[in-house]
Amino acid sequence: MADFIFWIIWALIVASAALVAFGNNLIHSVFALMGTFLGVAGIYIFLNADFLAVTQIVVYVGGILVLLVFGIMLTNQISTARISQSSVQKGMGLAVVVGVAAVILSAVLPHDWVGSTLPMAFSDTVTGIGNLLFTDYLILFEIASVLLLGALIGAATLARKEQ
Amino acid sequence: MDHLSSYLVLSAILFSLGLYTVITRRNAVAILMGVELILNAANINFVAFSKFVTHNLDGHLMSVFIIMLAAAEAAVALAIVLNLYNDRGHINVDEANALKQ
Repeated sequence: MADFIFWIIWALIVASAALVAFGNNLIHSVFALMGTFLGVAGIYIFLNADFLAVTQIVVYVGGILVLLVFGIMLTNQISTARISQSSVQKGMGLAVVVGVAAVILSAVLPHDWVGSTLPMAFSDTVTGIGNLLFTDYLILFEIASVLLLGALIGAATLARKEQ
Repeated sequence: MDHLSSYLVLSAILFSLGLYTVITRRNAVAILMGVELILNAANINFVAFSKFVTHNLDGHLMSVFIIMLAAAEAAVALAIVLNLYNDRGHINVDEANALKQ
């Protein structure tokens, strides 16, 4: 049963990411992106990452996706035209991407991952992440807070209309 | 679901689709969406290797920081996109090839 759900989520991620990449309507792409984000949250649950799954939903679906929708709504004349999008250099892009995917898959697939790896048993990750965040990763954590403050002020300053 | 390769293949497909989006789209917001796909692919790899290979939480920490960076990046990039739209009336990146017009 869990296996079945895993492959459903797997297919959902691939299908919705394909809609993001190939869809013609920008709004449809954003909603497909929501499917991808939720699917990745499901994958995190299969990977025993409970804290990350919740973070993924809160930050991506609740934050970034809403930000993207605002970006689309503010940069299109909604009343006049349908929100379509076009692509350029599809052939060349497809060739590059298929090449890159072939390189990655040729590195991943021949390796005997099953024999050399063991899945970790599930345990609560919130305590561990909290401990690491304030011990080994304390400097990164503080730098991240400065970066977020900079991004906040920078975004507000950039987006403000000139007086 | 208990094989690392199924996660790695998913991550590779997600990365490729994100790369295709970044390469071919003209709309700046659509390109941002492609970047988010690529970051999610990287996150899946970090957490998958954390579960199957290293058996510790370092990969989770990397993913937390990547999610944080993605949020900051999306906010700043959308502010720039809004400025671009106010300046030119469109956000097609292939036509935005001059800093000032």
